[in-house]
Amino acid sequence: MKVRLKIWRQPNAAAPGRFETYDTPDLNPNMSFLEMLDVVNEDLTARGQEPVAFDHDCREGICGTCSLVINGKPHGPHRGVATCQTYMRSFKDGDTIVVEPFRARPFPVIKDLIVSRKAFDKIMQAGGFISVRTGAAPDANSLPVPKPAADEAMDAAACIGCGACVAACKNASAMLFVSAKVSQFALLPQGQPERERRVLRMVQAMDEAGFGACTVTGSCEAVCPKNISLDFIARLNREYARALLKGG
Amino acid sequence: MNILRALFQTTLGRKYLMAGSGLILFGFVVGHMVGNLQIFLGPAVLNRYAHFLQSLGELLWVVRLVLLAMVGLHIGAAILLTLENRRARPLAYEGGGAYGASLASRTMIYTGLIIAAFVVYHLLHFTVRAPVDLTPHDLATMKTTLDGKEVHDVYRMVVVGFQQPLVAAFYIVAVSLLSFHLGHGVAAMFQSLGLRNRAWNPAIQRFGQVASWALAIGYVSIPLAVWLGLVK
Amino acid sequence: MKLQSNIPSGPLAQKWDKHRFELKLVNPANKRKYEVIVVGAGLAGASAAATLGELGYRVKNFVYHDSPRRAHSIAAQGGINAAKNYQNDGDSVYRLFYDTIKGGDFRAREANVYRLAQVSVNIVDQCVAQGVPFAREYGGLLDNRSFGGAQVSRTFYARGQTGQQLLLGAYSALCKEIAAGSVQSFTHSEMLDLVVVDGQAKGIIVRDLITGKISRHSADAVVLATGGYGNVFNLSTYARNSNATAIWRAYKRGACFGNPCYTQIHPTCIPVSGDYQSKLTLMSESLRNDGRIWVPKKKEDCRKDPNSIPEEDRDYYLERLYPSFGNLAPRDISSRAAKRVCDEGRGVGESGLGVYLDFADAIKRLGEQKVRERYGNLFDIYHEITNENAYRTPMRIFPAVHYTMGGLWVDYNLMSNLPGLFVLGEANFSDHGANRLGASALMQGLADGYFVIPYTIGNYLAAQKPGSCPKTDHPAFKEAEENVVGIIRRLLQARGKRTVHSFHKELGRIMWDHCGMARNEAGLKRALELIPALREEFWHSVNVPGSEADLNQSLERAGRVADYFELAELMCRDALERRESCGGHFREEFQFPDGEAKRDDENFAHVAAWEYQGPDKPPVRHVEPLVYEEVKMTTRSYK
Repeated sequence: MKVRLKIWRQPNAAAPGRFETYDTPDLNPNMSFLEMLDVVNEDLTARGQEPVAFDHDCREGICGTCSLVINGKPHGPHRGVATCQTYMRSFKDGDTIVVEPFRARPFPVIKDLIVSRKAFDKIMQAGGFISVRTGAAPDANSLPVPKPAADEAMDAAACIGCGACVAACKNASAMLFVSAKVSQFALLPQGQPERERRVLRMVQAMDEAGFGACTVTGSCEAVCPKNISLDFIARLNREYARALLKGG
Repeated sequence: MNILRALFQTTLGRKYLMAGSGLILFGFVVGHMVGNLQIFLGPAVLNRYAHFLQSLGELLWVVRLVLLAMVGLHIGAAILLTLENRRARPLAYEGGGAYGASLASRTMIYTGLIIAAFVVYHLLHFTVRAPVDLTPHDLATMKTTLDGKEVHDVYRMVVVGFQQPLVAAFYIVAVSLLSFHLGHGVAAMFQSLGLRNRAWNPAIQRFGQVASWALAIGYVSIPLAVWLGLVK
Repeated sequence: MKLQSNIPSGPLAQKWDKHRFELKLVNPANKRKYEVIVVGAGLAGASAAATLGELGYRVKNFVYHDSPRRAHSIAAQGGINAAKNYQNDGDSVYRLFYDTIKGGDFRAREANVYRLAQVSVNIVDQCVAQGVPFAREYGGLLDNRSFGGAQVSRTFYARGQTGQQLLLGAYSALCKEIAAGSVQSFTHSEMLDLVVVDGQAKGIIVRDLITGKISRHSADAVVLATGGYGNVFNLSTYARNSNATAIWRAYKRGACFGNPCYTQIHPTCIPVSGDYQSKLTLMSESLRNDGRIWVPKKKEDCRKDPNSIPEEDRDYYLERLYPSFGNLAPRDISSRAAKRVCDEGRGVGESGLGVYLDFADAIKRLGEQKVRERYGNLFDIYHEITNENAYRTPMRIFPAVHYTMGGLWVDYNLMSNLPGLFVLGEANFSDHGANRLGASALMQGLADGYFVIPYTIGNYLAAQKPGSCPKTDHPAFKEAEENVVGIIRRLLQARGKRTVHSFHKELGRIMWDHCGMARNEAGLKRALELIPALREEFWHSVNVPGSEADLNQSLERAGRVADYFELAELMCRDALERRESCGGHFREEFQFPDGEAKRDDENFAHVAAWEYQGPDKPPVRHVEPLVYEEVKMTTRSYK
C-alpha cells in the first residue's frame, strides 16, 4: 500500500510552520504508524532531505513519549492505544493522512511534530507526590487499603502523561491529567496528609501554565490511550471544592 | 486560599460559578414551565397564578435580582472561560477534530448567547410589556377581572403573542436551543460540581436527557396549542 | 591494575550492617557543599537523585527524554521481588539471595546479592508509602504472585504495569526534590563524555538535544544510571532511544566494562514481521503456563494453516526435550530450543523465525472464557500488533534481546575503578551474574538508588575537601568538550550515502547471528572481522543530514550507533574469551550431550572486566575472582 502524507514541518519554535505533502514508498499494512514514518524518513534522508522529527521511545504504548495528531485525532483512529500502537492496516491504500503536532499553547512546538510537555512536569512538581523520605516508610502491610480503592487508584495511576487529553480538548484543558494524579492519591490512605495542599497547588500550577478549563466535552477520555475516565475529573472538582471549604 | 478569590480566578472556581448559576437557572426554567403550563387549565387559573407572582412585592424583586445575578454570572463566566479556552488552543487541526465531543458540548457559548438574546426579548415582551410585537397590540392595556379585581390578562397576552407566527417561531427555536443547551449542561453541571461518580453516572445522564426533553416539550406545547386553536 | 571489590569481611548476613557502620559520613551541614551529577532517571537514577537530594546534596539530574518520567523502566510488566514472606510460604532474605545467585548461574558476587535481598523488603515499604497502587487482597493487604526461578510467592505487582508504577513513584519523589530546589532537572540533555580530573570522575559533557548546545558540568561525584545496551542488536524489547553512550564513553575514559557478553534473550516475544520493524514486543512468560509450544515436523508444512496440520505432524519440542519442565523450561533453554528448530528450517511465519504457542488445548480444557480471563489483555496486545486472533489460530513467538547483565564494573560500593564514578541499575554489571531472574531488575534498580548509593557515596565524598571540585575551565573539561565536538563534526562531515539506520540494522544482524542466543568460536571470530569493517565503512559513508545546532534525531542516533560498533566488538571479544557456557552466554562448544550449558567453574568463576587501552589497541581483560563463602556452586538441571 501507499499513502499520501500531509505533515506539519516547522524548523524550530520561533519559525513559522507549514504543511508539506509526501508520497510514501510502498508500505506493509502490518507496519506501525511510526515505522511508516521511519520508512518515510529513510527515504527523505536518502534523497538528501531532512527527515521529519517526531517523538517516540518505547514503542509499546507505555512511556508516553509519542504524540501526533492523525487526521484530527491524537494517537490515531483507534480508542485506547497510543500512536506507536496504531498500524497502517487501519488506513486504506491511497489515503491522504494529515499528521500534525499536538496543538496547545502550553505545549509549544519544538520542531516538526515534537512539542514540549514541560508544563506537565511543572504541575507534578507542584504537588504530584507524597512527601515521604527514603527510609522513613513503615512496613508495607501496616496500612491496609481496601481493594476497590486500590483498584480505582490504579485506574487513575495508569496515566502515561502523553498529553493527548490536552491535544484533543478544544480548550487545551489538562484536567484529565491532573485529575488522574489527584485522584490516585486522594483514594489512598497514604495521600491523606497532603490531600488539600496537593489539589490546590496542582490546580494553581495547571492554571499558571495556561491550560484551558474543562467544558466536559469528553474528547480527552475518547482519545486517552489508557482509557482514563471522566469520573476522575468529577473527583478533582470535588477534591478542589473540599480543599477550598476546608481552607486547605 | 481565599474561597472568593479561588471562585473568580481559577478555572475550577469559574466552573463552579457556571455550574452553580446554571443550577439555579435550571430550577427557574423548570418552575417557569410548570407555572406556564397552567394555561391549559384555563384563563382564570393562569391569571390567578400570574397575579400571585406579581403581588409578591419585594420578594418578587429579590427573586428577580437573584436570577439576574445568576444570568450575569453565568454569561460572564462563560465569556471569560471561552476567551481563555481559545487562547489555550490557538490553532485548529487541519485534519478535523472534536473527536468524542457532542455538538451540544461544542456550541454551548453560541446556544447560550442566542438564549440570552431571546430572554431579553422575552422579558421586554411579557414582563416589561414593551411594544415589541410584530402586529400592534398593547399588552400593557390587556386587563381582566379576577375575583372582582382588575389584573393583567396574561392568558390573553400569551394567546395574542403566539398567534404571530414569527414570534412563536423565535420562541420555539429559543426553547429548543435551551433544551439542547441543557442536554449537555445538566450533566456537565453535576460534573463540574464534582457530583458524579461511577454509581450515579447513568442516572445523571438519563436525568439530563429527560429533563431537557421535558422542558422542550412543555415549552413548545404552548405556542403549538395556540396555533392549533386548542388555547384561544 | 588490580580490581578491588571492597567486599566487607565477616559473616555474609552482617556484611552490609557492618559496612554501613564503617562507611565515612558527611556532616549534614557539609552535604550542601557537595555537588552530585546523576545521569538517567529510570528506577535507579530517579531514586538516587531524589534520595541524594533529600540528604542535602546538590544534585543535577540529566535525561535525554523530554521528561524524567519516560525511562524504559516504565515498560517492565511483571513485578518486583521482595523477601517479605507475607504469604507465609517459607520465603526469607536467604532464600531470595540463594534463588538470585543460582538464577545467575553462580556468576554474581555473593555479598552484593545478599545485600540486594536484604534491602528488597525496604523497597516495597518505600514504594507503598509513595502511593504506588500495588495489587491488594480483599482484606486490604498486599497481594503476591509467583514468578520464574522461585518456589515461593514473593512478587509484588501493579497489574501488568509494575515498572510504570514504580518509576512514577520514583519520579514523584524526584518531583518533590526538584520543587524543593535540591535537585536541578535537565531534560533533553544527553551525556556525551565523562570528565576525569587527576584520575577521578569530576564532571560530564552534555549536549542539549533541542539547541545542540554543548555544556560542561562539574561535580564532586558522577552517578551513571543509564540502563542497558541491548540495542546493540538493533531489534530488541528496549525503547528505541535506549543507548550505551554514557557508559561507553565512561569506559573510554578508563572505567572497566564487566562481563559485556552477558545478554538475556527472552523466549516469548512477538516475532519480527518485516524488514521495516523497529521494535520487538514482549509477551508475558505466564502464557507458557497454558500454551503449548510446537513447530511442524516437516519443513513443507511451515507455510500451511497451523490448524490444518494434524497432531501427529506437530513437534512439541519442549515437551519432547525437557519432559519434566516441558513448556515451562527456563528462559535460556526455551530460547535456544526455538532457535534450533528454526535453524533446522522448521520455523513458522513469513520470516521463518517463529514457533507456535498454541492455546487450543487450554481452550478445550478450560473453555475460552477462562482463557480470556487469565490472558485476555495479552491476547489483545497480540491482536493489536499482528491482527491475528490467538483464540482461533496459535500465536507465533520468537526470542528477543531484552536485558544485559553486563555493564560497567563496580565494587561493593557501586563505585567503578574510576574513583568518583558510581554506576547503578542495569548500567552496572553487579547483581545478576550471567542470567537475571524475572522481577529482579526492578528490585536492583531501586535497591541501588534508594538504599545503597545514599550510604556509599558519602564514604567517597567524605574524603573530598568541600569545594574542591574542579571548575569547568579546567583543561580536562576543554579536552572532553573538544572530543565531543570532534565526534559530532566527523559524523556530520562524512556526508556519505548510507543512512544510520541501515548501519544499525546490519550491525544488529551480525550480533544476532554471531553473538546472540548461541555463540561459537568461528562465529565470534567472523563477527570480529565484520564489525570493524562495517565500522570503517560507517565513518566514511554514513549520511547524517541536518546540523549540529538544532534538534537532529539522525545525529543523536549516529552517535549512539558509532558507540555500538565498538561495544559490539567488545561483547564478541568477551564472548570469545569466556570459554564456557553459563546463563545467557551459551557457547556451542561447551555443552553436555543433551544440550545443557556446561559451566567451567575451575577456569571461569570470575568477572571479566575490560579496560580500554586506546583506539588502536586491544583492551585488557582483568579478572575479579568470584569467591563463594556461603553457597556451593552446583549445576542447574531442568530434566
